[in-house]
Amino acid sequence: MDSDLFCEGLVRRFGSNAAVDHISLDVPAGTFFSILGPSGCGKTTLLRLLAGFDKPDEGDIHIRGQRMNDVPPNRRPVNMVFQHLALFPAMSVGDNIGYGLKRRKVPVAERRKRIAGVLEQVGLPGLEYRDPQELSGGQRQRVALARCLVLEPTLLLLDEPLGALDLKLREQMKVELKHLQKQFGTTFVYITHDQSEAMVMSDQVAVMREGRFDQVAPPEELYREPATPFVAGFVGDNNRLAGELVAIRDNLAEIRLDDGSLVQGRVASGDLETGRRAELYIRPESLVLSGDALSTGFSAMQAKVRTTLFDGANSRVEAENGGQPVYARLPQDGSAPKLSAGSAIRLAWDPVLARVFGADNP
Amino acid sequence: MRSSVSRLSLWLLLTPFLLWIVLLVLLPHLQMLRVSFQVRESWDTLTWGLQQYQNFFTESYYWRTFVRTGVMSLFTTFLTLIIAFPIAWYIARLARGRSKGILFMACLIPFWASELVRTYGWMILLRESGLFSSWLQALGWVDGPVEMLYNDVAVIIGLVYNGLLFMVVPLVTTLDGMDENLVEAGYDLGGGHGTVLREIVVPWAMPSIVSGCIVVFMLTLGSYLTPVLMGGKDSAWFTEQIFTQFITRFNWEQGAALGVLLLVLSSVIVWLGLKVSGQSLRKVMG
Repeated sequence: MDSDLFCEGLVRRFGSNAAVDHISLDVPAGTFFSILGPSGCGKTTLLRLLAGFDKPDEGDIHIRGQRMNDVPPNRRPVNMVFQHLALFPAMSVGDNIGYGLKRRKVPVAERRKRIAGVLEQVGLPGLEYRDPQELSGGQRQRVALARCLVLEPTLLLLDEPLGALDLKLREQMKVELKHLQKQFGTTFVYITHDQSEAMVMSDQVAVMREGRFDQVAPPEELYREPATPFVAGFVGDNNRLAGELVAIRDNLAEIRLDDGSLVQGRVASGDLETGRRAELYIRPESLVLSGDALSTGFSAMQAKVRTTLFDGANSRVEAENGGQPVYARLPQDGSAPKLSAGSAIRLAWDPVLARVFGADNP
Repeated sequence: MRSSVSRLSLWLLLTPFLLWIVLLVLLPHLQMLRVSFQVRESWDTLTWGLQQYQNFFTESYYWRTFVRTGVMSLFTTFLTLIIAFPIAWYIARLARGRSKGILFMACLIPFWASELVRTYGWMILLRESGLFSSWLQALGWVDGPVEMLYNDVAVIIGLVYNGLLFMVVPLVTTLDGMDENLVEAGYDLGGGHGTVLREIVVPWAMPSIVSGCIVVFMLTLGSYLTPVLMGGKDSAWFTEQIFTQFITRFNWEQGAALGVLLLVLSSVIVWLGLKVSGQSLRKVMG
C-alpha cells in the first residue's frame, strides 16, 4: 500500500529532554491515524514537526515519498486544523476558505465555486459571507476543516480540535469527522489525549508516552491486546491486580494475589520470571459476578463491595481486593443481585481475557 | 436619600473632568473661533468678517506652510509607523521574559525627560560641532565639519523620535494579544512572509495602527519646539506662525484664524484616515 506519511527515527530535543524520541511511523494513504497520549507526551511537538513549524534534530519525514525536512510549512502538502482553530478574524468565512486558494493563484470564479462546494460538503452551504465570530462552535470547526480540505492536502493534521466543544457536540463531531474523512479520502493525522476520540474515529492508533510510541495498532487490537502495562491502563478502563508470579503453563501465567488467591492470565510480556512481582490486567466487562458455580478454567477471587455506580449501560460495582479497588461491569439486564456495601462477592474471569505483565517493567 | 448620595458622588467624580473640558478646551476654542471672525477696523472698533481667512488664502506664505506642515506630518507619521512596527513586533512576539520588560522600558525612558531636553539631545548629536560630525571627520569620510541640523531631515528625525513611543505602545499591546497559531495558519495554508503580514498581521493590528497614527499625527502637527529648534529658516512649521501672530505681532485675530484652520486640518485628516482604513473612532479608541 502507498504510504502518505513515512517517518524514521524522528528526534526533537529541548535541552536534555527529548520531547520526540526516535519515532518512526508509516501512515497508509486514505487512513485515519491517531496519536493518543497524555498531555506532555510530545504529541504536539511531533505534529509541529510534521507541519514544518519545527525541525527534527534527527530523522527524516517523507510525505508521498518526498523528503520534507527542509521544506517550509507553506510549501508542504500538509494542512493543519489548530486546537483553537485559528480562523482569521478579519475575514469572512468565504475569505478564510479562499485564503489558501488565493495563494495558489486560483482564478476568482473557480475559487468561488470551490468555496461553495467545500462548504456544501461540510454541511454549511451558503455561509460564505458570514463572520467566523457569528458561528457556533461546531460550525467554526467545520469552517476550519473546510479551509484545509479545499486545498486537497495529502495530509491533514488535527491538533485536538474537539477539545473546546461541549460533550454532546463533541460526540456528534467525532462521528462526523470520521464520515468527512471517508468522504474526502484524505489521510488524517489526529492527536488527542481522549482515548474515546481516538478509538471511535481511527483506523490506526499510536499510543505515545514520553516521546515514544508504546504501541501502534487498530483500536480493537489496542483494546484487546495492549502491548504494555501503560497501554493497558491508558486505553479504556482496566483493573490492575498485583501479585507474585508462581508459574507459567501453556502461555498462561499463574499469580498469587496479595490476598492469597491463585489466579491466571495470558502472558503479555517476555520479562516474566517466577518468583518476581507481576501485574494482571482485567477489563471490568470481563469480570463476572459468580456464585459458587464456576465455569471450568475460570479464575476467581474474593472481593468486598464498596459501592455500586449506576450509569445506565455502563453501571459498575466498585469492590476491593486486598486494599486494591476493583471495578466490575454489572449485567445490563438488571439481573445483578442486590449488592450492599461491605458484602462479600466472588469475581471470576476467563484467563484468556486477562493480561499479565512483569511489574518491574514500567 | 441613597440616589441623591450616589448622584452627588457622580458629580464630584465628574467635576475635574468637566472643569478641564469646559475651561481648558471648550471655552478657549469657542473664544478663538469668535475672535477669528472679528475684523479690527481701528484700535477700538471691531466688526465681523472673513478678513483673516482671506489673508490666509491670499498670502501664499501662510497656506504653503500650512500644506507643508500637513504633508510633513503625514510623512512623519508614516515613517514612525514603519520604524515602530518591527520594534513592537520584536518586543511583543520575539523577546522573552526580562528582555521584554527592559526593551519596553528603553522605549519609555526618554519620555521621562521633557521634549526640550530630548530635542537638545538631538542637537548635540547633529550640530556642526556635534558628535556625528566629529565621528565622520575622525573616520576620514569628510574633510570639514558637517552641519546636519536646521533642515527638514533634522526636523523629521526629532519628530519621529518624539512620536515613536505613542506608536509602539498600542502596537505592542495588540501584537502581544495575537494568537501565534494565526500566524502559523497563515503559513500553513500556503502564505509567504509578505502575505502573512499583509493579510493576517496588519488587519489584526489595524485598530492600534490607526490609533497610534492618530496620536502621532496630532502630536506632530501641533508640535512647536522640535521644528523651531531643529528646523532651518526654510522649514517653518505652521504652529510657529500661530505663535508669531499671537505673541510677536500681537495680531490675535489672525492667530485665532490660523489656529482654527489647523484644528480643521487635523480633524479632516483624522476623519479621512478613519474612512480609508475602515475603522471607527470608537473601535480605535476603545
